[in-house]
Amino acid sequence: MEENKNLLEVKDLKVSFFTPAGEVKAVNGISYTLGYNEVMGIVGESGSGKSVEAYSLIGLLANPGKVVGGSVTFEGEDLLAYTPEQMREFRGNKVSMIFQNPMTCLNPVYTIGDQLMEALTCHDKNIKKEEARAKAIEMLELVGINNASKRVDQYPHEFSGGMRQRAMIAMALICSPKLLIADEPTTALDVTIQAQILELMKSLQKKENTSIIFITHNLGVVAEICDRVSVMYAGHIVEQATVEDLFYHPMHPYTKGLLASQPRLDADGHERLIPIEGTPIDLLNPPQGCNFGPRCKDCMKICLREKPPYADLGNGHISACWLHYKDLKKEEENK
Amino acid sequence: MSEQKKLLEVENLKKYFAVKTGSFKKNYVQAVESANFFIYKGETLGLVGESGCGKTTLGRTLIRLYEPTSGKIIYDGKPIYDSEKKIAEKMLPYRRKMQIIFQDPSASLDPRMTVGEIIGEALDIHNICPSKAERNDRIRNLLSQVGLNTEHANRFPHEFSGGQQQRVGIARALAVNPEFIVCDEPISALDVSIQSQVVNMLEDLQEEMGLTYLFIAHDISVVRHISNRIGVMYLGCMVELAESYELCAHPVHPYTKTLLSAVPLPDPVKSRARERILLEGDIPSPMNPPSGCRFHTRCPYATEICKQEMPKLEEVGPGHYAACHHLEQA
Repeated sequence: MEENKNLLEVKDLKVSFFTPAGEVKAVNGISYTLGYNEVMGIVGESGSGKSVEAYSLIGLLANPGKVVGGSVTFEGEDLLAYTPEQMREFRGNKVSMIFQNPMTCLNPVYTIGDQLMEALTCHDKNIKKEEARAKAIEMLELVGINNASKRVDQYPHEFSGGMRQRAMIAMALICSPKLLIADEPTTALDVTIQAQILELMKSLQKKENTSIIFITHNLGVVAEICDRVSVMYAGHIVEQATVEDLFYHPMHPYTKGLLASQPRLDADGHERLIPIEGTPIDLLNPPQGCNFGPRCKDCMKICLREKPPYADLGNGHISACWLHYKDLKKEEENK
Repeated sequence: MSEQKKLLEVENLKKYFAVKTGSFKKNYVQAVESANFFIYKGETLGLVGESGCGKTTLGRTLIRLYEPTSGKIIYDGKPIYDSEKKIAEKMLPYRRKMQIIFQDPSASLDPRMTVGEIIGEALDIHNICPSKAERNDRIRNLLSQVGLNTEHANRFPHEFSGGQQQRVGIARALAVNPEFIVCDEPISALDVSIQSQVVNMLEDLQEEMGLTYLFIAHDISVVRHISNRIGVMYLGCMVELAESYELCAHPVHPYTKTLLSAVPLPDPVKSRARERILLEGDIPSPMNPPSGCRFHTRCPYATEICKQEMPKLEEVGPGHYAACHHLEQA
């Protein structure tokens, strides 16, 4: 039974880009598990490796990117060993993806209906055209597009941004995948539309029992929809916890910094923001010690020397920081 | 504080863009419709709204980067544009007083000029610091003022990160010692951890130099943080304007309420517990805006009068303005 507990297990995944300037370790050894029916958020700034990590899971990594280590297990099967044919079968059927910009991801010269039906016919060669069309209309209705039987014959440019994203979600869910990877699905949308899409994803997730990996840089969105959260910085997961633990008891200085640096709509008075000083590191020349060390307020000597291991803080809450090792702190002070 | 001076005032400001829809037909995008408001000296007026609501157009029309279609702009007591009296002042002297920071820092800096040349160009045009030594000093001062190294003057924009590029954009705006700066989404292209650095810097500069800001952004939590007063725009119209904490605590316009309830809070318990107002549908096209109140197609309280008559921005409390026919219900 042990095997069946998790839908997806990622162990020590490493992805590098081999550029003329050198190897860029975009994802440098990340591990996590995703249970059935769970929504996992991956938060990080641009360049932290959150999208690369998701792309590598389903074999969408483009040259010069390569998975250089680790394992990805989906329901007991090793995804990294899949041949391209197997991967193609797997994508769309068991896992699908929603991208950030719905306009660039829909083909402008095919109708929405054609594109929805293509997803179906690719995975089920025997399906009849009428059946596929009926299913496409049903999916459009499910994602809240009015007048779906007419809309199905329209082209992407006739849809508004929010509706395109709805159509993308319909396309992703049409084969009832077990895992949905959502890469910044609401970033390109306005807040009122974002609220609509989040509500939709929440209700669909309950209805279809899909697990979701939700990639975003917006902490508010994470609080809204995720069960568990991984915070990424420079190719590492620096902290992982349930959504409550992360927001009410953040442990890693980077997570704390992110939370303190954002103005809050529910703040009482005017408090000055506390920014994280400095800029994200250059992944071509990563520092020897902790990646966040150079920007950290509480940086110690050891932080610049060695990479911190994960400290287990209970309840699945892990954080990679030397500050959690109290004895070590004393040692540092004594020096 | 009650005797605050109005630095900038606009009356019935309109900006339409002509669009060709056929060989003889012309149609208009009604980007800004009858804007009436003023900005006090030394304050920050925030402007929020969704994409396409005309907030950027309004910002640019205010400093006449776009020529207004009609209306009146008064700067420091003098009309710089008045469509009725046919006044259209020469803007060059005013450009020394009014500057703008653009949204996309990489697109707003000339890639073939060094940072020193970019900032120096502003000085040359207005003939500030004619001697070379003075000019170089001024550029170096500006760079350190926005937190960059003085050696950066010889570098090109592509050598900087997004946050640093935005600092260059700010230095360029500050070069002429302006009084009023339109900040057009200055932080939305930046990473979360860099955003707060720039926000703090803008606040510090305002205090140091006594600047007045018009701060345009779609992120209402940032706008609330930095602004004294906030105006909310919907489809070219200003629907509500109030002191910023008042606006967020007691919004009266149904659109403002929706907008506030849609903002995700970084607090899992609060954000899941609160009630959301979800709007039906999308924003109508500004080419063909709804008659009457422009919000009536999506408004839960809309009645017959909303379809026929455009509500005026009226004072509903001290310094709190709203444009709605059904304020008592909403």
